[in-house]
Amino acid sequence: MIEIDSKCTGCSRCVPVCPFGVMHIVDKKAQVGEGCTLCGACVQVCSLEAVRITREEGPVDLSAHKGLWVVAQTLPLSRKGAKPRLRPVTHELLSAGRGLADGLKEELCAVLIGENAEGLCAELASYGADKVYLVEDAVLADYNTDTYAAALIALIAKHKPGVVLFGATCQGRDLAPRVAAEIHAGLTADCTGLSLKEGHLLQTRPAFGGNIMADILCTRKRPQMATVRPNVLKKAVPDPLRKAELVCEKIHIDEKMARVKVLERKLDAGHPGRKISEAQVVVSGGRGMRDKERFKVLEELAELLGGAVGASRAAVDMGLKPKSHQVGQSGTTVSPKLYMACGISGAIQHIVGMRSSDVIVAVNKDPNAAIFNVAKYGIVGDLHDILPKLVSLLKNSR
Amino acid sequence: MNPMKIVVCVKQVPDTTEVQVDPQTGTLIRAGVPSILNPYDHFAVEKALELKAEHGAEVSVLTMGPPQAQAVLRLALALGADRAMLLSDRLFAGSDTWATSYALGRAIRKLGRTDLILCGQQAIDGDTAQVGPGIAQNLRIPQITFCDQVEIEDRQLKARHHIDDGHEIVQARLPVLCTMTPPQDYRPRHPSFPRVVQAMGKVLETWTALEIGAEPGMIGLKGSPTQVDRVYAPPQKEKGVVFTGTAAELAGRILDILQKENFLTP
Repeated sequence: MIEIDSKCTGCSRCVPVCPFGVMHIVDKKAQVGEGCTLCGACVQVCSLEAVRITREEGPVDLSAHKGLWVVAQTLPLSRKGAKPRLRPVTHELLSAGRGLADGLKEELCAVLIGENAEGLCAELASYGADKVYLVEDAVLADYNTDTYAAALIALIAKHKPGVVLFGATCQGRDLAPRVAAEIHAGLTADCTGLSLKEGHLLQTRPAFGGNIMADILCTRKRPQMATVRPNVLKKAVPDPLRKAELVCEKIHIDEKMARVKVLERKLDAGHPGRKISEAQVVVSGGRGMRDKERFKVLEELAELLGGAVGASRAAVDMGLKPKSHQVGQSGTTVSPKLYMACGISGAIQHIVGMRSSDVIVAVNKDPNAAIFNVAKYGIVGDLHDILPKLVSLLKNSR
Repeated sequence: MNPMKIVVCVKQVPDTTEVQVDPQTGTLIRAGVPSILNPYDHFAVEKALELKAEHGAEVSVLTMGPPQAQAVLRLALALGADRAMLLSDRLFAGSDTWATSYALGRAIRKLGRTDLILCGQQAIDGDTAQVGPGIAQNLRIPQITFCDQVEIEDRQLKARHHIDDGHEIVQARLPVLCTMTPPQDYRPRHPSFPRVVQAMGKVLETWTALEIGAEPGMIGLKGSPTQVDRVYAPPQKEKGVVFTGTAAELAGRILDILQKENFLTP
């Protein structure tokens, strides 16, 4: 419940901060309208402490839940029977999870579901896992919502972890809410930061198209679940001498559980795991690239920098790149270490999809382009002259 | 055979592309920001209507929100939906994605036999993409996320959906829940004026928590495992530097930057 007590003077400071616009001043007193989500933005700004959110809180015992889990994800198999490889976000989650587990004085465990996956255990250990729960079955060779959810729900019920983390990839965002719905666990989507607060996991995420940040807690339920955006957590240097305890779990998964059948799978050309949402470097082009021929310089640049090629909506609409490369709202949100925006003016729909990148370099001939407002380095000039020269400089510097 | 029953779950959202942050106070400037039908949901509604045109179906739209959320239901009716339900109750206040999925699942159960549920992939205010799969699990039906094409033949649903590193064509037997993401060439269709007027006259059904048989511990703040601890403006990026010069100078400049920021280490 949200309550406003008699201390309220109607100063109206809480009115503009309400993300949902439901705070009003009526008769010199704040009033909450319909649509309040109890986000607490008003509580924070009230210097008189006149706004309060009260929750019915009896004591809860969470002590049965221990351990921080990372659900490992693998890259698609290049051919049937090929050895699976870990998706980079798995390394990032283990690296960050190690610090959190130490802070909690609990174990860091990796959950590995698949076929012929045992060989990955050493790698999971090297990034910090104390224990690996391995569920192997021929039925689990490929990701399927029903079979993977069943396996994970069974594991969570058996071992009662305190935290379960997923990469916020298509797969993680498909699986995590299904599991959370079943076990009535709190789940925070697409986090960009994780830390601890009074023994709970503090989950930081952008909302409102990246216009505000929110810290989310789950203090009364376990496990605390979160999906975490690839590329934002720092990957540790692996320690090949670290060892993890391997726990092979026998879970009966029937083939018939998989209710959605794959008829055909098409993987994008290029390097698996180097799609725009996960690449360390993204080189993006916009309307200013003008045509397919001239767009090619970006492919070259991306290759030289070991990155992926992105595109603005305008470039996608012009047919310069397929939609799977579109950065921004209605496309993909990216947070690479380096984002190069070439010939992109910087519509807000594009900015919200890339502004959390570490280093942004923008090349545009219009000095007033909005993209320069978010760029750490702005280059004002004709990219059709600059980029080919940059490509040859890079080639020579090797 | 009975006509197919399709339910589309929609949400009214502020147009987040119009939201600005006050650089002085770091708070959201909401004045004049329009409320719209979440764009992903708009696509889902249109897909449902396409399936209706092809196979015959009853299309219901369902939303949970305050009374003003009626506006998005009216839009869906004007586009051609047959029935619209608003879940509105103070008891739903403070619902997170878990409690929202539960309540929408309860409401769909109340509707009786449903063959297909379409949701937008995510809402542009929260961007969680969690409610669709949450509803599917509540109803114990299969889900296909991030779909841009769906077709139905002989009670089998075939969809094209995005996966990491590509896409798949998948198939499942109805009932199924699909979360929808518009393809490249999609432009939302807007209803004609006579249809808008016609939709004004249609009856919206409003359901309370009691009417959908929701358990009090599963909805609103009590049913929501997550709580917002704090909201704040994103940390401001420091003002960048801008370079001008000849093409050769600027190319050299970028090379220096890449070196300085350690992007050239092999």
